[in-house]
Amino acid sequence: MTSGVATAPATSQAFKSDYKPIWCPGCGDYSVLASITKAFAMLALSPENIAVVSGIGCSSRIPAYTNCYGFHGVHGRALAAGTGLKVARPDLTVLVAGGDGDGYSIGGNHFLHACRRNVDLTYVVMDNHVYGMTKGQPSPTTEPDWDSKLSPGGTGLRTFHPLVIALAAGANFVARAFSGDPNGTAQILAEAIRTPGFSFVEILSPCVTFCPEQREWKNQVRPAPVATTDDPVRAARRIMTDDGFNIGVLYKGERKPYQPSAGKAAKHLADLEAEFLI
Amino acid sequence: MSKEKTVRARKSGGARTLRARDRARPTGRANPTHRADFLARAWAMEVEAAERYASFADAMDEHNNHDVAELFRKLSRIEQLHADQLLEETLSGRPPVLPPGGVQWDSGEGPETAPHGELHYRMQPYHALQIALACERRANKFFAAYASRTTDAKARKAALEMAAEEAEHAHLIEDWLKRTPQPEKDWEHDPDPPLVSD
Amino acid sequence: MHERAGAPSLSIALTGSGGAGVMTAGSMLLEAAAQAGWYGLMVRSSGPQIRGGEAAALIRLAARPVECLDDRFDLVLAVDWQNLHRFADEIPLDAASLMIGDPDQGNPPEVFAKRGARLAQVAFKRMAKAIPGSWPNMIVLGLAGALAGLSAETLKSVVRQSYKKGEEGLAASFAAVDAGVAAAGALPSAPRLISPKRPEKPRWLLSGNEATGYGAVRGGVRFVAAYPITPATEILEWLAPALSGVGGALVQAEDELASINMAIGASFGGVPSLTATAGPGLSLMTEALGLAVAAEVPVVVVDVMRGGPSTGIPAKSEQSDVNIAVNGLHGDAPRIVVAPNSIADCLTATQWAVHLAEALQAPAIVLSDQYLGQTRAVVDRPADVTFIGQRALAAPRTEGYSRYAVTESGVSPAAIPGTPGNAYTAEGLEHNERGIPSSQSRDHLAQLAKRERKLRQHDYGDSWAEIEGEGDTAVVTFGSCTGAAREALGRAAAEGRSARLVSMRLLSPAQPERLAKALEGVRRVLVVEQNHSAQFYRYLRADFDLPGEVRSFHRAGPLPIRSDEIHKQITEWSSV
Repeated sequence: MTSGVATAPATSQAFKSDYKPIWCPGCGDYSVLASITKAFAMLALSPENIAVVSGIGCSSRIPAYTNCYGFHGVHGRALAAGTGLKVARPDLTVLVAGGDGDGYSIGGNHFLHACRRNVDLTYVVMDNHVYGMTKGQPSPTTEPDWDSKLSPGGTGLRTFHPLVIALAAGANFVARAFSGDPNGTAQILAEAIRTPGFSFVEILSPCVTFCPEQREWKNQVRPAPVATTDDPVRAARRIMTDDGFNIGVLYKGERKPYQPSAGKAAKHLADLEAEFLI
Repeated sequence: MSKEKTVRARKSGGARTLRARDRARPTGRANPTHRADFLARAWAMEVEAAERYASFADAMDEHNNHDVAELFRKLSRIEQLHADQLLEETLSGRPPVLPPGGVQWDSGEGPETAPHGELHYRMQPYHALQIALACERRANKFFAAYASRTTDAKARKAALEMAAEEAEHAHLIEDWLKRTPQPEKDWEHDPDPPLVSD
Repeated sequence: MHERAGAPSLSIALTGSGGAGVMTAGSMLLEAAAQAGWYGLMVRSSGPQIRGGEAAALIRLAARPVECLDDRFDLVLAVDWQNLHRFADEIPLDAASLMIGDPDQGNPPEVFAKRGARLAQVAFKRMAKAIPGSWPNMIVLGLAGALAGLSAETLKSVVRQSYKKGEEGLAASFAAVDAGVAAAGALPSAPRLISPKRPEKPRWLLSGNEATGYGAVRGGVRFVAAYPITPATEILEWLAPALSGVGGALVQAEDELASINMAIGASFGGVPSLTATAGPGLSLMTEALGLAVAAEVPVVVVDVMRGGPSTGIPAKSEQSDVNIAVNGLHGDAPRIVVAPNSIADCLTATQWAVHLAEALQAPAIVLSDQYLGQTRAVVDRPADVTFIGQRALAAPRTEGYSRYAVTESGVSPAAIPGTPGNAYTAEGLEHNERGIPSSQSRDHLAQLAKRERKLRQHDYGDSWAEIEGEGDTAVVTFGSCTGAAREALGRAAAEGRSARLVSMRLLSPAQPERLAKALEGVRRVLVVEQNHSAQFYRYLRADFDLPGEVRSFHRAGPLPIRSDEIHKQITEWSSV
């Protein structure tokens, strides 16, 4: 809640904590925070029933800026922690958040398997194509010719395509949003949270400090020219020609969310001894 | 941010496509035709603008730009004042009930809400006022457009009044700008490199 | 003048926020002092913001080499006082200190005023505004430089060297420096440094991280795989262009697991390899380090220690990774641990680590820390050392070649892919001498003994520690505490109370006989370290014999252990 301003009922303000973000002014993550809290409000959730789980990096600072329960874990493992939490506590709304370095580099393996496992949680990646917190190294989504100290002249590597990977790995809900349209992003997030199973939302979120050229993104993004599909083949065809700037929900499937395997019902703990008895 | 940069217009094709898509999507977005809905939106607009300026003030304070933080706090108080006035004069002091998550605006955020991306940690008061001016002008346009669209006579009257008020606010900010020093050359300059903490 | 037994020094803090540019001014001040023949160092401190945050450049200048910050500051120059109270613990002041602030920027924080420091006022921002195109930090540079006894010419020459913009801006900066220099005349008397003698030996200005990178390349490293992490990233940033310049390669890996495995892979191919990380990264690497032990693949891991545990305090120093470095692998997995004890030593110790890793075909951990890594200092050019990584290799087509042959020394001649006749499979599973997996007791015991023996029996020479001074009290320490300990002992010696200093460079394998010899005649041992649970002290108690009475003086980061604290410990103890 910011300094003494009266708030409209059921708005994002109720989900914001008193801690002031340390993000650079102009950072896209401010808008993402606004969108996330707005989505929570749109869904009429209560802060105490939401857990925001993150890794390490600028974007991963987000849990403390909400009024929800938060988990600021180690680099790249937020999806694992979030999976554990959701399976153990299916009653909670679990939102996993982080940046492109945290999620696609060190977190890459967990990303693949989270898409495949389809636990009912939402994964938000604030993608700014850079490692911001450690002062500007290339991330998997950095353009191949982006000059940096660690990769002078650019990495020369093909960029990671998170939506392609998500779809190929079996994610049930795949979307891209843009921090420059907080309302549209809130809508996509609300839909992602509402949809059962693993929902992946990649949010383009410019870094004003290390990638000033990303101010151009607002002129490059466009609403996706076609409606959401529930056909993974059609989605795959579309995503292969995607240029990284189509905004909207690409794919929304019907896969049943993950359920831990059901064992034989035991009425009492002591029932479990039966097989040992001679 | 600097005077050379201007806000580029959306490509016209894109804008049309967006609205067409939005109409197709079920959004819970009311197309305000009644005066009551209209007033609720107008009020929400002021409140959201106040909240946004307050959060800008916080971000500026965190980055030790206290002059601009103070200015944003002032702007926040002004917007809150407008909201309170609206509440008193037209809503009988009773805050309207908004849909969960607040109003769904056509163009993303409330017309009077300054976008986050416009800040710079070294920005000067002049820049802040330029942002505010753009907000007031957008608000004025919003009300004027609404007035020309609506079929409800009472709503139209209210909208025209609001448009005029926003125009007045814009003038006040223009005057304020005239009294404010222009941004210094190299206002962005920071001799120190970014520092790391994580 | 703040005198220490023969080593007068001047300590200056430059502070400011929101783009004041004090880090740049501080770097230039140090650079100018270096060019004028002084020694010195600079430590950076800042708030959590990436830009615009409160920042402090902490500088110490002296006529002789200094390795740590002093116990107090003579001068604080503040472009503004924003959030400076956050640095209060790092900038100790007293009645002899002078604070210089801008009258338009409010008052110094109460915590400083309380310490009795005097306050003078210089209108930095107004003065900069009066010179179009100039910045307050250039006024500060001029003022600080003049107070330290530097000439305007020296200061301006440094400004010119670092200038990227056009000539017009340069003239304004020069004018600002001049204005700062002129302002010094009006101030109350401030300490001045003794003019240094013209330095005869070549000297360097660099950070520990840069020295580490260079030490690696000097040792023969030609492959680095790494993942950015505070405070090690600068090692990688220095190595990236340097390595490609000497025909090597640096790969930015997807994470630390990939980094260490890539380095091990490259090393298996015969190329000396290295990675650099911090505590959290080292934790991830422990499984692969065990592989390097078992498969006898050399690899060097630089751990730039920071506040722990877990994510901890990334930008602050601590010495709390002793446990994981010395004991942190599963199984019986001996490895080499080397701890540089100064910024210059980061070069020598890393170079030595590369040599040891290659000679002993084992992983070596270099325990550096954030203080050493990120502090810039003027140092005498380190003497060249002949440590070059060299792996003992079997001759091509060795009859019945056994990669893991049990030898007297424990070191088995290695084979590099491409060598005819000696193909083998490097093996993490326990194996026999040929490298074939084996769960036999005979093989396991023989290989364990061999891997332990090769490290234990190696003659590490005098590099294992630095031993200085005489007396029946000894300070035993390692790493960045060495500088403060050295100064403390210098002071004590001047007061007639001499003590010995043992700064251990080789932490593992333990050298109990050498330490016993170094502590002959000692009745009191003070173990000094910067962590909460006295990890080094416990390690010494477990694996070494210590004479007489042993005490532990330890404290976790983020504050460094100061020389006056160590001095107090010794003085109080030996007066009993």
